[in-house]
Amino acid sequence: MKAFFLQIYDIYSFTLRFFREVFVPPYEYKEVLNQFFEVGIRSLSIISLTGFITGLVFTKQSRSSLAEFGATSWLPSLMAIAIIRALAPLVTALIIAGKVGSNIGAELGSMKVTEQIEAMDVSSTNPFKFLVVSRILATTCIVPVLATYMGLVGMLGAFLNVYGNEQTSLTSFFQAAFVRINFIDIYVLVVKSAIYGFTIGLTGCFNGYNADQGTVGVGRAANTSVVVSMFLIFIEEMIIVTLVNNYLK
Amino acid sequence: MNMINSDHTEPVILLRNIHKSFGSLDVLKGVDLDVYKGENVVVLGRSGSGKSVLIKIIAGMLAPDEGSVTVLGNDLKALETRGLQALRTRIGFSFQSSALYDGMNVRANLEFPLVRNKRHLNRAAIDAAVAQVLDDVGLSQTVDQMPAELSGGQKKRIGIARTLILQPEIMLYDEPTAGLDPVSSVEINDLISEVQERYNTSSVIITHDLTCAKATGDRVVMLAEGRFLRQGRFEEVFDTDDPRVKNFYNYNFIEKA
Repeated sequence: MKAFFLQIYDIYSFTLRFFREVFVPPYEYKEVLNQFFEVGIRSLSIISLTGFITGLVFTKQSRSSLAEFGATSWLPSLMAIAIIRALAPLVTALIIAGKVGSNIGAELGSMKVTEQIEAMDVSSTNPFKFLVVSRILATTCIVPVLATYMGLVGMLGAFLNVYGNEQTSLTSFFQAAFVRINFIDIYVLVVKSAIYGFTIGLTGCFNGYNADQGTVGVGRAANTSVVVSMFLIFIEEMIIVTLVNNYLK
Repeated sequence: MNMINSDHTEPVILLRNIHKSFGSLDVLKGVDLDVYKGENVVVLGRSGSGKSVLIKIIAGMLAPDEGSVTVLGNDLKALETRGLQALRTRIGFSFQSSALYDGMNVRANLEFPLVRNKRHLNRAAIDAAVAQVLDDVGLSQTVDQMPAELSGGQKKRIGIARTLILQPEIMLYDEPTAGLDPVSSVEINDLISEVQERYNTSSVIITHDLTCAKATGDRVVMLAEGRFLRQGRFEEVFDTDDPRVKNFYNYNFIEKA
């Protein structure tokens, strides 16, 4: 029990240190841009593929149920609600947690156990700012962009299914789709994706930066980063949906 | 006998009554050490004797539980973060594992401390500094290689080059020959002596390798059970009947052979 509370305190201190360091110069612009590239550009292909398939398959699966009520014309708006409000931010966050979160945990863990972080420290470079702040900033800023992009690609997947069955034009599809979507939905997508991104970056960095026990510790850091961030993302999703439905709708 | 003396007059490192424990394990139990300008001091001891803890205390990476550390005239306890960072640009630390940044090639590894600590330098000056330190360690041809492509000895040399690029006044070597074949070990020993001459550095060399100690040390101190047992020139340290010192010597020079 004592170890649990010590761990909570360590996470709290780590988070507090991030907010202290992020506003204090010198700023590691180059490393932040490098991490934007690592998190964003290198994840584009998997996000595109997953988003497109999610939209396509979800539309395909929903079609038969709606067809029973003669309501297939609702498919565009149903897909827009499902993808923009729930699927795009959640699926993007889970993919980035698996791909980037594990990578951050393993990379920092490996640097920790091979003394590379200490080497930065003794060469008068703040390793926390260089490694941790840049990565958390990158995941926090890029996950909303990727989630928005996945929303768009997912809608294209949905459009492909609708076009294949009803020959609806792209313009008509999107006009019908966005009837039920408003500014708050887009705003919530961006904000909650940023929260998920922050969670992924923080969890990966915390586990990697505090890794020990050699290569075993590196594996554990990567694994824990994914499991804990996915768990936290689901908890956050539940809280955010409850708050949004109670206070913003 | 914990006080180490020297004939030199300008101390660059002063340790006084250093104590350090981890939980119930007392690693250092009142260590005093003076290192003078231009001097190579070797700290000998078995694995787990606290040598690495000692060198990390000198670099400000660990704080002692008790005692004072003065490096280049700065009391480490009184230094703020920025002061400590400024001091560290004057100290080179060669890690046992070399600690090269895996994701960067040799050039980027060498540039890393330079571009962060001497921001006014232009590209030509950075390139010249990289070329100079690579030439000093005899590895100019590796400039575009990744650390994974280097041998253990080459990694050590690049690790030393990375510290030399800031032209430190003090060099701290943590087990510089650990894990190296005999030929590479001799090359590293020679490099340590060359660095002392060329860069006029004072050095603390942590090792359990007596060949390294004999080749590089102006002065040798023997650490055991958290205290310094002996100090002096290499031959003087081992001219004793103390079984702890004798056994250490016999294992390295007789049983290993």
